[in-house]
Amino acid sequence: MRYDVVVIGAGLIGSAIARELAGCHLSVGLVDGRSDVGDGTSKANTAILHTGYDASPGTLESRLVAEGYHRLGEYAAQTGIPVERTGALLVAWTDEEQAALPGLADKARANGYQATAIVDAAAVYEAAPHLGPGARGGLSVPGESIICTWSTTIALATDAVQRGATLHLDTQVQGLTRTGEGWTLDTTAGPLRTRWLINAAGLGGDTLDAQAGYDRFHLHPRRGELLVFDKLAREKVPLIVLPVPSKLGKGVLVSPTIYGNVMVGPTAEDMTDRADTATTEAGFDFLLGKGAALVPDLMAEEVTAAYAGLRAAHDQTDYLIEADADRTYLLAGCIRSTGLTSCLAVAAHVSDLLAGAGLDVTPRDDLPDPPRLPNLGEAGRRPYQDDALIRRDPAYGEVVCFCERVTRGEIRDACQSTVPARTLGGLRRRTRATNGRCQGFFCGAAVETLLANERSQA
Amino acid sequence: MITKTKVAIVGAGPSGLRAAAELAPALKGGVLVLDREAAPGGIPRHCHHPGYGIRDLHRFMTGPKYARLLSDRARQAGADIVTHAMVTGWTGAGALCVTSPEGRYEVAADAVILATGARERPRSARRIPGDRPAGVYTTGQLQNLVYLHHRPERSRAVIVGGELVSWSAVLTLRHAGCRPVLMTTQYAASEAYRLFTVAGGIGLRVPVAPRTKVVRVIGHGRVTGVEVEDLQTGQRRVVECDTVVFTGDWIPDHELARSAGIALDPATLGPSVDTRLRTDRDGVFAIGNLVHPVDTADCAALDGAHVAEPVLGYLRGERTSGTPVPLVAGDAFAWVSPTRCVPGDVAPARGFVLAWPTEVRKRPTIVARQGGSEIGRVTTSYPVAPGRVYRIPWTLLAAVNPAGGTVTIDLVR
Repeated sequence: MRYDVVVIGAGLIGSAIARELAGCHLSVGLVDGRSDVGDGTSKANTAILHTGYDASPGTLESRLVAEGYHRLGEYAAQTGIPVERTGALLVAWTDEEQAALPGLADKARANGYQATAIVDAAAVYEAAPHLGPGARGGLSVPGESIICTWSTTIALATDAVQRGATLHLDTQVQGLTRTGEGWTLDTTAGPLRTRWLINAAGLGGDTLDAQAGYDRFHLHPRRGELLVFDKLAREKVPLIVLPVPSKLGKGVLVSPTIYGNVMVGPTAEDMTDRADTATTEAGFDFLLGKGAALVPDLMAEEVTAAYAGLRAAHDQTDYLIEADADRTYLLAGCIRSTGLTSCLAVAAHVSDLLAGAGLDVTPRDDLPDPPRLPNLGEAGRRPYQDDALIRRDPAYGEVVCFCERVTRGEIRDACQSTVPARTLGGLRRRTRATNGRCQGFFCGAAVETLLANERSQA
Repeated sequence: MITKTKVAIVGAGPSGLRAAAELAPALKGGVLVLDREAAPGGIPRHCHHPGYGIRDLHRFMTGPKYARLLSDRARQAGADIVTHAMVTGWTGAGALCVTSPEGRYEVAADAVILATGARERPRSARRIPGDRPAGVYTTGQLQNLVYLHHRPERSRAVIVGGELVSWSAVLTLRHAGCRPVLMTTQYAASEAYRLFTVAGGIGLRVPVAPRTKVVRVIGHGRVTGVEVEDLQTGQRRVVECDTVVFTGDWIPDHELARSAGIALDPATLGPSVDTRLRTDRDGVFAIGNLVHPVDTADCAALDGAHVAEPVLGYLRGERTSGTPVPLVAGDAFAWVSPTRCVPGDVAPARGFVLAWPTEVRKRPTIVARQGGSEIGRVTTSYPVAPGRVYRIPWTLLAAVNPAGGTVTIDLVR
């Protein structure tokens, strides 16, 4: 068969685009080289739902982040993607940083965000009592929120599949051929044919773009290491604490996570290897130093996890989203970490561009309801806390992963869902199993066995 | 739903089960043991080598057999052991919140004994960077995999840590057909190694790299090696392996205690307890490796025997008076336990203060100081060595001054 549209890259952006287009009278294929959706850049970002207050005013990114903030907020409420409206505080530690605050407030207004407020040091410590000494003042950004990035990709991909899109995982694209009015993809799982080709390949976006015959941008991986501290530290960091951005970048933040932990990061290290997600001694030392300065009490807590993600750094000043009607090709590139927030707005924008290029994107009127995801958020009610649910199905009362309180029922559901967990990593992102403080000391073997049993039945 | 009981014990490991067996006859039942695992017994359930039951039962048996025996004895004594029952927190009134396949319920007890044990710090908590491949375990996870879930392991293992448990990991790897190619330890392990009668006695030969540490994990998909640094020279080398076991470096499973606001000792990170194993919360006791991470299973069980009388006294309404004196470790120890004592009150379990050494001595002399003055000194005929608990006779503290402030316990150098 030939698809109307194939989207390459089942991360946040690709899944959102596939979901959008599968809601039209179009056949859609969603292709990814990995074994799970959201297994690349999308899984290891800082998981903040941004207001867009600090974007460059007037850019496409500014518009799509601001729009996406509201779209994703609504979608999260519909689907059960956990969001906590913690708010953020930019903290100024020097006179120079303090002097920069009014400019940041002006920039926020230029981006259409009105709710920032410049606060004094006393207000900073009232909002974040465990902050280290020396804060001069801050800028509060009450709309900044924390979100589950894993649930977001899984919801979008599940929605796309339920709307009729076909998900091709473990399918690496090895070559592209322009054939007739469309494209033939040479993949590790055989050829795929499509009329429109959409490049949402994230860190592989420039390579794919070149294969499609373009030369307009270059990516390089920028490694960001993150430290996740124990849940017992959560009360010490009630909201997102941001540094004042400098010429050197956005800097290191301390944030609560949606799973009830505290995160410190990211580092920013320009790389050449697009697969090197190792953590480093330098990264650990740097982040521990930053953490000790920002929230000294944090140092008494255990580190639960350390990981590194690769962001797609590029040579552009804005998102690069362009449709080529003649060659039925669309690029959604140069979408950095703000893509988590903007993904639904990017998808809508892509749909508009395709309509302009002559594709019929009239929405279907027989769409299924959006999926309802199991709650991974620590603030919401989880199955182990739900007496009525356990009485209907005792599997939700059998806690398998003690640290994260994940039940056998949730592990079963994750393995049997529309976009099921096929690997331990996939199971972790759907349930939190083994993500906790013991890292599998108690439950690792039991979780692996449950996954293997479910996989053998699948 | 609220279940009432005289004593609730959280954790059915050796200490919790032994406490249950001691208390149940005196309380005509009235003892409820809650455990989140599928079966009672705690860590020994998946330690299939012999060495259990020596000090408490005066027998020599494997971990699973020991776990069954302790469970049977607690049940026969009349204790109610409930598994798949996870205590997730406390109500405002001090009852325990429980999740089980039967539903959510509360347990209101006149006294609570926390016996939640300890876990090994995983690689992330030890802050060891590198790739994140499969094949990296703690001993607990490895033993679960090999013995309870019968999953095959690979061929070459590096063992990180030179504690008693590290040799347990060696035995498990051998059982699984995996060769331990190196044991790394930050201590001068060759000395400690000779002092390990258990290792010597069962003829374990593993290359030990003393004064080294693993600084990086390498491998995509499956681990392919670790980078090891010589702590004296700073030199680094890569050791090829397909399995890495992070052993020891214990941390108490103290989250339940902490969420109740019970004071923790900054050195053990377990609840601060006195010689009666009382925490600072009225009616809440803490025993076993939750308070001394970690002693052997039999000694943890003897905590369970020791706590019975203080708990029964508490239930009878007895309250002791007297200001506790803090006990702290000097430089030669990472921690001591108990962490406070009321002068003149009962001796601790087995009549020993426990300590976690950082140095090796064949015939160590221990000194207690209070307010800058020496108040006691003992020499033991047995050695002190890192990686296992050292037992200090209680006579060391016979002369503690109730008003003298903190007592420091240290090695005479």
